[in-house]
Amino acid sequence: MKNENKIQYIYGIADNALILGQRLSELCGHGPNLETDIAMTNMALDLLGQTRSYYQYVAQLSGDGKTEDDIAFLRIERQYKNVLLVEQPNRHFGYVITRQFFYDAFHLLLLEELQNSNDETVAAIAKKAIKEVSYHQRFSSDWIKRLGDGTEESHQKVQEAVDDLWKYTDELFHMTDDDKIAVENGVGVNTYDLREKYDQRIREVFEEATITIPETKWFQKGGKQGIHSEHMGYLLSDLQYMQRTYPNMKW
Amino acid sequence: MSEKEIKNHGAEHSLSLEEIFEQRIARDEKIEPKDWMPEKYRKTHIRQISQHAHSEIVGMLPEGNWITRAPSLRRKVALLAKVQDEAGHGLYLYSACETLGISREELYEQLHTGKAKYSSIFNYPTVTWADMGAIGWLVDGAAIINQVPLCSTSYGPYARAMIRVCKEESFHQRQGYEIMITLANGSPEQKEMAQDALNRWWWPSLMMFGPTDAESVHTAQSMKWKLKRKTNDELRQQFIDQTVPQAELIGLTIPDPDLKWNEEKKGYDFGKIDWDEFWQVVKGHGPCNKERMTARVNAWEKGEWVRNAAMAYAKKQEDKKLKKAI
Amino acid sequence: MKNNWPLWEVFVRSKNGLEHRHFGSIHAADAEMALENARDVYTRRNEGVSIWVVESKHITASNPENSGELFEPAQDKIYRHPTFYTLPDEVKHM
Repeated sequence: MKNENKIQYIYGIADNALILGQRLSELCGHGPNLETDIAMTNMALDLLGQTRSYYQYVAQLSGDGKTEDDIAFLRIERQYKNVLLVEQPNRHFGYVITRQFFYDAFHLLLLEELQNSNDETVAAIAKKAIKEVSYHQRFSSDWIKRLGDGTEESHQKVQEAVDDLWKYTDELFHMTDDDKIAVENGVGVNTYDLREKYDQRIREVFEEATITIPETKWFQKGGKQGIHSEHMGYLLSDLQYMQRTYPNMKW
Repeated sequence: MSEKEIKNHGAEHSLSLEEIFEQRIARDEKIEPKDWMPEKYRKTHIRQISQHAHSEIVGMLPEGNWITRAPSLRRKVALLAKVQDEAGHGLYLYSACETLGISREELYEQLHTGKAKYSSIFNYPTVTWADMGAIGWLVDGAAIINQVPLCSTSYGPYARAMIRVCKEESFHQRQGYEIMITLANGSPEQKEMAQDALNRWWWPSLMMFGPTDAESVHTAQSMKWKLKRKTNDELRQQFIDQTVPQAELIGLTIPDPDLKWNEEKKGYDFGKIDWDEFWQVVKGHGPCNKERMTARVNAWEKGEWVRNAAMAYAKKQEDKKLKKAI
Repeated sequence: MKNNWPLWEVFVRSKNGLEHRHFGSIHAADAEMALENARDVYTRRNEGVSIWVVESKHITASNPENSGELFEPAQDKIYRHPTFYTLPDEVKHM
């Protein structure tokens, strides 16, 4: 497998962690309660930690002297391969939890397979991340239930978030050409195979949470090809601000 | 009981509860939540501990302002972890305060209505990345000097919270100073950014130790209860003496033309602090007082439906369990 | 509607072989959340391997006003301590 394909494959996973981590960090200091604030920051730290491991590996693979920071901060928007779901804004806590839940359920299934990757570094990163993400899934599932089966207001709010974000879930399972090459070479995970378990997991939690899955057959995609929603540009201007304003400096 | 002990015992009976209480503190005994305490002790502790807790959580905001813009991943996770620690410290301190019979919600209420104060330094804006360095280095540096003596304060829960806080905070100042070192050794632009941050944060940091001893209303009582071990001016002097060489080491200049080593007192003489500015900010007219409060109130109010949902859900689950049991 | 999360006390075992020790408190709506919050707040630096949480209102505490009658009677029972007994120096392993 060519390094370039492998790098693109890793971006498809790592960029999700970066962008979701960035979204969660926006919330630090603004949570509904100190305890919840701390918990969500822990998730952000886990995700950013994973991001660093992946990018450090990419830096090593590319062998062109690029660092994890060049990768994180100096690509153009079209080069980020995260799914649309993770870049969606923190409209309210219901959105934050729903986005997290939709991603965690996928993320955990992905990592459970990825730990068997024949690329040792990727497998090792996945293995370590499983523990973190199991906890994320537990946290977000619990909260989905609390909001869904809490008060009338919370039910309505989380259902609104589900109705809005559901259309981004399908993209999680799309495979780009690089993904397919990675699967053929035993590096990557065939995400088509995860779909059934994913749907089942979502259904179980939603049933307890008394949340309805929207009927829509219309889904959004594009992130994996680097075609993002309009939110992405603003997220990147924040993320990249320092590196763009002061190029070639050490921090 | 020995004869001597019996005698002492007898003597104690003639003392008032308050005198016995003060003697316990003088003997370095800790006061625990359910112990008898003078109302003034309780009130003073609620005021000081909550003010401390509020400072931690309001203090998350100026630094939180730069988390999404941190210039490297390493800096981003370090800053995020630091700001998160502040939430944790606020939490420990609110818990300590709650043992005095006031709820966290009541304490928030006091903060949100402006009845309670928090450290004024957090009412200044963080305008460049170097401010993350300056805050860690100076503001946390000053905070540590204020806090370390509190690890042996008389009120048990406060002392225990402070031990945890001080232990965790040891990386905060290093985090900030490391940012300053990097900037000071960097490009001319970076160095200028560092100097500019030092210029803006130096004086507010000195104000963190509170008014001069002559003006300070609480010092004597606080000393007796071990809420304070040294006076404001002594702590300020200690801070200056330890910080000036750190600035020199990385080639930054303390923005005080009157700063001068005084061989006789083995410490630095320094210029006049602008106390008018201090009182202006304390009274709510600093650059960011309004923004900080709005952010806190928003987080709390926008979180209300979330907190309610969790309680409603917990109740439903409890009811379900009870039904099953029947 | 005011619906505040109750207070919980957190006990953490720092490593196997040691007892759970009181670490502090947190607020949480239910036991599950209390465990999660305790984990997120008190074990961020790898401080624990096991956590207990108990809602603070379920703790019954002795009253310090009774500490005289509760604890002082034990002070003069010095025969409960090994140093009460005099043995010749030559005796080993005792």
